[in-house]
Amino acid sequence: MKVLVAVKRVIDYNVKIRVRADGSGIETNNVKMSMNPFDEIAIEETIRLKEAGKVDEIVAVSMGAQQCQETLRTAFAMGADRGIHVLTESTLEPLAVSKLLRAIVQEENPDLVILGKQAIDDDSNQCAQILAGLLGWGQGTFASKLDFIGRKVEVTREVDGGLETLWLALPAVISTDLRLNEPRYASLPNIMKAKKKTIHQKKPEDYGVDISPRLETLKVETPPTRATGIKVANAAELAIKLRDEAGVI
Amino acid sequence: MNSLVIAEHSNIELKPSTLNTVTAARILGDDIDLLIAGKNCGAIADEGAKISGIAHVWLTDGPEYEHQLAENMAPIIADLASNYSHVFAPSSTFGKNIMPRVAALLDVQQISDVVAVESEDTFVRPIYAGNAMATVRSNDSVKLITVRTTAFKAAEMGGKAKQEIGPCKEDSGLSGFVKRELSKSERPELTAAKVIVSGGRGMQNGENFALLEALADKLGAAVGASRAAVDAGFVPNDYQVGQTGKIVAPELYIAVGISGAIQHLAGMKDSKVIVAINKDEDAPIFQIADYGVVGDLFKVVPELTAELDK
Ligand SMILES: Cc1cc2nc3c(=O)[nH]c(=O)nc-3n(C[C@H](O)[C@H](O)[C@H](O)COP(=O)(O)OP(=O)(O)OC[C@H]3O[C@@H](n4cnc5c(N)ncnc54)[C@H](O)[C@@H]3O)c2cc1C
Ligand SMILES: Nc1ncnc2c1ncn2[C@@H]1O[C@H](COP(=O)(O)O)[C@@H](O)[C@H]1O
Repeated sequence: MKVLVAVKRVIDYNVKIRVRADGSGIETNNVKMSMNPFDEIAIEETIRLKEAGKVDEIVAVSMGAQQCQETLRTAFAMGADRGIHVLTESTLEPLAVSKLLRAIVQEENPDLVILGKQAIDDDSNQCAQILAGLLGWGQGTFASKLDFIGRKVEVTREVDGGLETLWLALPAVISTDLRLNEPRYASLPNIMKAKKKTIHQKKPEDYGVDISPRLETLKVETPPTRATGIKVANAAELAIKLRDEAGVI
Repeated sequence: MNSLVIAEHSNIELKPSTLNTVTAARILGDDIDLLIAGKNCGAIADEGAKISGIAHVWLTDGPEYEHQLAENMAPIIADLASNYSHVFAPSSTFGKNIMPRVAALLDVQQISDVVAVESEDTFVRPIYAGNAMATVRSNDSVKLITVRTTAFKAAEMGGKAKQEIGPCKEDSGLSGFVKRELSKSERPELTAAKVIVSGGRGMQNGENFALLEALADKLGAAVGASRAAVDAGFVPNDYQVGQTGKIVAPELYIAVGISGAIQHLAGMKDSKVIVAINKDEDAPIFQIADYGVVGDLFKVVPELTAELDK
């Protein structure tokens, strides 16, 4: 099986983000960037499948600025085989990302595409579902377990009420949830080997995809902060406050 | 302007998220239709017809829709959508799963997790775990929107809509239902609960959640958890509150043994009153708590439970 994995370069999840003073967006200068955590889970899953002999080749795709190549190198150091970088400085909305992915899928013919369920910057949670819709493939979103049975995959999904299992015909699109696996750290030899793996650089025009945004961001603001609270000495005092001051019990 | 709302239901009950979604749609006017797709769900359609603000209910009833698979749902929603200016669905795992697939079929850019409807084309949504709010304007002909249900009140039940038969298509053959393991609980649903007691890694194990259950019993509360508590297997995945779990906004949220990582705060910081119980006085959760108790949860929680009897 050949698998395509999409990895996004985002502000590291530990960074406390700052809204730009002019309301145009988020400050990204001198901010630590990392691979979207859900995409690490996606890469990890494909590596495990490769180790289990079910996958032969892992192709990682990242879209955005030149530095996305670092994200691809991280994917290589974990175990991905080669990379495709779609270079653009423009904003990419989920619809545009998915259209580019569709074009790449049509060139690469993978049996499976795995994405993160959500990019932790835009928090859209859309790309996997859009891609599956564009391709006319089945979708297994928010996956916490995958079982391959012949030309089908059984996907356990984290849904609001608990867990749900679906089967999908292959090829299919999967999006990862947190419990699918715990991503590994890259070993030093693998980091060295990652330098030798190849990245093909492309532009959106190469795929004939129109990436012009459909949404116009009018402003970005910091949400209102909560008033500072107080510390109380013990449970008895807390109960009194909740009853008499806050009136919530 | 006319809107279509996609109802969330289990074939047995209409989910409260549908009512919050209707309220978001009503901001643009009362020309709203509701789609109910499922199997043997005529009773749900009858209930949906009573929601204030709904003009028509589309009922698509058939075996293909029993499990509301995205592959079967998206084509019928896309078909209906051409008659509407807006399509709304709750931003639950139900809506998140289906709506972007509809967006693919219609070639529009969906707007996720809307918390305010400013006008027919302008919406506010949180980004970066709610650490920033973006106001966006859509140029698409049909606006596809998922709604953060905690940001809108539930619609009332005072309507009398007409019912019509909705579109129906063949099964996609791409996917199928295998099984469902739902957590059974007598407690209110997290996203609709008035009071929530949540536990984190500080609970140490699943058995200790009994302490929170006892407190929750006294308060008629739902029980939630941090990611760390879920990952450690203390409680099931559907307990997770946060950026990538459930978004909640109860009257009272009691965080027990939870440090207050931004990803957790993202899911609960719009609660009306926040209480934190943590032994580390520097835990970030205290920065957003209205009332904090610095202490050992194994002492404070039972004491609080006992206080509620007084
Ligand atoms: C992509 C991504 C998505 C994420 N999504 C979510 C999400 O949706 N929701 C979420 O919650 N997290 C999420 N996280 C994880 C988040 O970053 C934190 O790791 C997590 O919230 C920590 O959980 P915790 O507070 O229970 O554990 P810890 O941070 O370990 O805190 C435990 C706390 O318990 C206190 N404690 C210990 N013993 C006692 C005691 N006896 N009495 C009182 N207090 C005690 C400690 O002082 C400490 O503050 C996500 C992370 C990533 C990378
Ligand atoms: N610019 C990008 N480059 C590569 N993959 C992306 C990009 N944007 C989104 N993705 C993929 O789509 C997933 C979901 O993103 P989103 O729908 O934006 O929340 C991410 O976890 C990635 O797997």
